[in-house]
Amino acid sequence: MTANPPIQPPGPHTVDSHAGMALQVEGVELSFGGIKALRHVSFAAPKGEITAVIGPNGAGKTSVFNTISGFYPPSKGRVLLGGQDITHVPVHARAAMGLARTFQNIALFRGLSVLQNIKLGGHHFMHSGVLASMGFTPSARREELALRDEVERKVIDFLEIDHIRHLPVHGLSYGLQKRVELARALAMRPKVLMLDEPVAGMNREETEDMARFILDVQEQWGVTILLVEHDMSMVMDISSHVVVLNFGEVIASGTPEEVRRHPQVIAAYLGAEQGTEVTP
Amino acid sequence: MSEFLEYSLLGLLSGGVMALIALSFVLIYKGTGVVNFAVGEVMMLGAYLYYAGVVTFKLSPWLAFAGALAAIAVLAVIVERLVLRPLSGQSAVSVLMATIGMASIIHGGVEAVWGGDTYTTPGLIPRTPINMGDILIPGAVLGNFALASVLICAFIVFFRYSRTGITLRATASDPVTAATLGININYAQRITWALSSLVGTVAGVLIASSAGLSPLLAGTALGVLGAIVLGGLDSILGAIVASLIVGLVEALAAGYLGGKTRDLVPYVVVLAMLVVKPYGLFGTRTIERL
Repeated sequence: MTANPPIQPPGPHTVDSHAGMALQVEGVELSFGGIKALRHVSFAAPKGEITAVIGPNGAGKTSVFNTISGFYPPSKGRVLLGGQDITHVPVHARAAMGLARTFQNIALFRGLSVLQNIKLGGHHFMHSGVLASMGFTPSARREELALRDEVERKVIDFLEIDHIRHLPVHGLSYGLQKRVELARALAMRPKVLMLDEPVAGMNREETEDMARFILDVQEQWGVTILLVEHDMSMVMDISSHVVVLNFGEVIASGTPEEVRRHPQVIAAYLGAEQGTEVTP
Repeated sequence: MSEFLEYSLLGLLSGGVMALIALSFVLIYKGTGVVNFAVGEVMMLGAYLYYAGVVTFKLSPWLAFAGALAAIAVLAVIVERLVLRPLSGQSAVSVLMATIGMASIIHGGVEAVWGGDTYTTPGLIPRTPINMGDILIPGAVLGNFALASVLICAFIVFFRYSRTGITLRATASDPVTAATLGININYAQRITWALSSLVGTVAGVLIASSAGLSPLLAGTALGVLGAIVLGGLDSILGAIVASLIVGLVEALAAGYLGGKTRDLVPYVVVLAMLVVKPYGLFGTRTIERL
């Protein structure tokens, strides 16, 4: 009788294991003209957990996000969503594969109401074709009502924006606009949700609300979250895994505690003085 | 007084058809950021196809109309795929030049096939004049206006309430974000070009069937461009209101100051209004972030 090898629980932060990883970035290189924006960037976001990407301004955080979204094709490396290579999948097709995101500058559609904005998140799983939904056919109508129902029940109530659903988005406060953008991303029923600076420019109270919503999304919906954020205390509070970028390279990754103590991270954030030794 | 009423009414009625042409411009500008200089030629080609359907192929007017619409829609989709999509991401000037090029090709093609003569086109709508008190309104003018109004209302409802319409608006205002929501931008732009060309064809057929058909028809669209700038290039409502204003001013100028001023006075008015409101009556004021 052969001894079974002891079953190892999958290490939560091992980059090379495909299992348990909702999103993997593998050796991604990206350059604009002669400037290398990303150099061999690799990290993974464990399924159902919150992973934060941090780094000083210009470190390449948004470039990483835009590469994952598919706006920039990497010159090398690949991006995997649920183990599937999506490097060459068009931007719009990634939505149906379970990828959703919000933007640093709020990207709501001005002139549309809160509900209309959020319902656009459900666009990718609506089946009635363009011509059918143009002609308001009964099946398109039914689908529309079902979507509206789901959006109202699950997303709008969840994010506590019931009272503003029929208002145009451009009149809302900054914090509420951010919340509507989150709602629209949730209406996409994502597996992986990318949040680009979800609390930037928010006051303490708004930040705490948003942090609570992000945690609720992760806990109650089981969504994998990848976020870029400058607010360190929030990042350290809610993330289970932190990736640190500097000058387009990953300089550290690990739990918030590990990263906080990492000498290169300290140097990158505090600015190493000339001659200060920072051992790699 | 009845003279004034008659001029005004005729002006507003012709403004309705101009609004269709304006809609054709605005749809593409809103949806793709391109000022399509081929709108007039598409309109003219649509009208010639209608003419060919009725006169050459002996179809009934409404069948020929449907045929022209179908042919133009297919053509628009092909042009979008072969000419405009490869140019996406290029500077606005390149795309603009491409539309001017298409305009020349269509113009040359139409003249090569049909020559430069003016044809009388069988009407979609009976021309019997309608008596309204002491005002006499040609039936075709009234019919054209009615058809244009119905179509424009349908467009407004479509953009305001249908999912496709809202999707197209979202894509127009922010294509990048729309793509992340799973909206296929290429598909949305294809629909936009097709819709715009269809509206242009309707305008072309209406004008040709009431005023006769010649390659000069294409020039009508350039005149409407002034009205659109007045309305605000990206506003459908603005395009409609401005078209009615220009139609009204044109008719009043032609009536009181003589036919020669009909092309002059409206543009003096447009110019004067733009000095006061540079983004047009209803246009989006662009806010530059610093």
